[in-house]
Amino acid sequence: MRRLALLLLIAVIALSPLAVLAADAVPTDKDSVAASRAVKLSEKLRCLVCQNQTIADSNAELAQDLRRQIHEQIAAGRSDDEIVDYMVARYGDFVLYQPPVKPTTVLLWAGPALLLLLGVFGLFRILRGRRAEAEAPPLTAEEHERATRLLAGEKGKDLS
Amino acid sequence: MSKKLLIPLGIFVVLCAFLLVGLWRDPREVPSPLIGKPAPPFNLTQLHEPAKSLGPADLKGQVWLLNVWASWCVSCREEHPLLVELGKSKVVPIVGLNYKDETVAGKRWLAQNGDPYNVSVVDRDGRVGIDWGVYGVPETFVVDKAGTIRYKQIGPITAEALEKKILPLIRELQKS
Repeated sequence: MRRLALLLLIAVIALSPLAVLAADAVPTDKDSVAASRAVKLSEKLRCLVCQNQTIADSNAELAQDLRRQIHEQIAAGRSDDEIVDYMVARYGDFVLYQPPVKPTTVLLWAGPALLLLLGVFGLFRILRGRRAEAEAPPLTAEEHERATRLLAGEKGKDLS
Repeated sequence: MSKKLLIPLGIFVVLCAFLLVGLWRDPREVPSPLIGKPAPPFNLTQLHEPAKSLGPADLKGQVWLLNVWASWCVSCREEHPLLVELGKSKVVPIVGLNYKDETVAGKRWLAQNGDPYNVSVVDRDGRVGIDWGVYGVPETFVVDKAGTIRYKQIGPITAEALEKKILPLIRELQKS
């Protein structure tokens, strides 16, 4: 009897994470096409409460409400674009994980390419500078003589 | 100092300036696209008189505030004394949007903390909240005589925001 109780307890503990999952995974769409559309859309939209999570990831109440809105609007026959526009009209571009290309976001979109160009330009300049260094003009006769003298002197010192 | 050294120094200074400005900005404050747009319509049941309803259409012709509140909201307690005072001054009608709350709990909360609202309406499932772009409680909107949203306070109203932004805006809107 005690063993049975222990087994039951273990089973309850082992399965309890599933209960948590089940609470969130109530099927709301009858057909799978609508369900996958809803998931795709909610992965594109940011939850404004926990800003680094999508509506699909977040369990904040607002995210749940917005997921409900998406399901309802899909059921009402709205297109994906219409639903995204609905969200943007209420919460602004910030709700989109991929910001639209606008005059205010040009720097954001062009930034990486600009930085790359700048880096290539810098690299090019450094390499050219090095080549100029390598091709330093040969020594004049006077310099050559001085160098020989210096080298000989060093040598002499080393030997002594 | 050589000119070459000035370039990284310049980049560093510019970067520091950006980071410094960023320090004082609150990433939780998302500018609302609804400012300058007509107030989204609703027709909601009143908290104290469930037989009656209210919507922005009923308030046309006057400047009014919409304050989103709930009995479960902790920061609402922070701004509440200011709202009560504003309500007593009768400068501007305040409509409360009781957001995702239990009616009983909401009424009890007002009885305990004071009721600054001319009317509170019930948004049980938060749908009107979504239409108004509400993503946290409290939030406060200033609506002008034509029914256009002119300002949104995200988070609790502070004495500073009230004195420097909200009240001057209300006075200006009331004149026009």
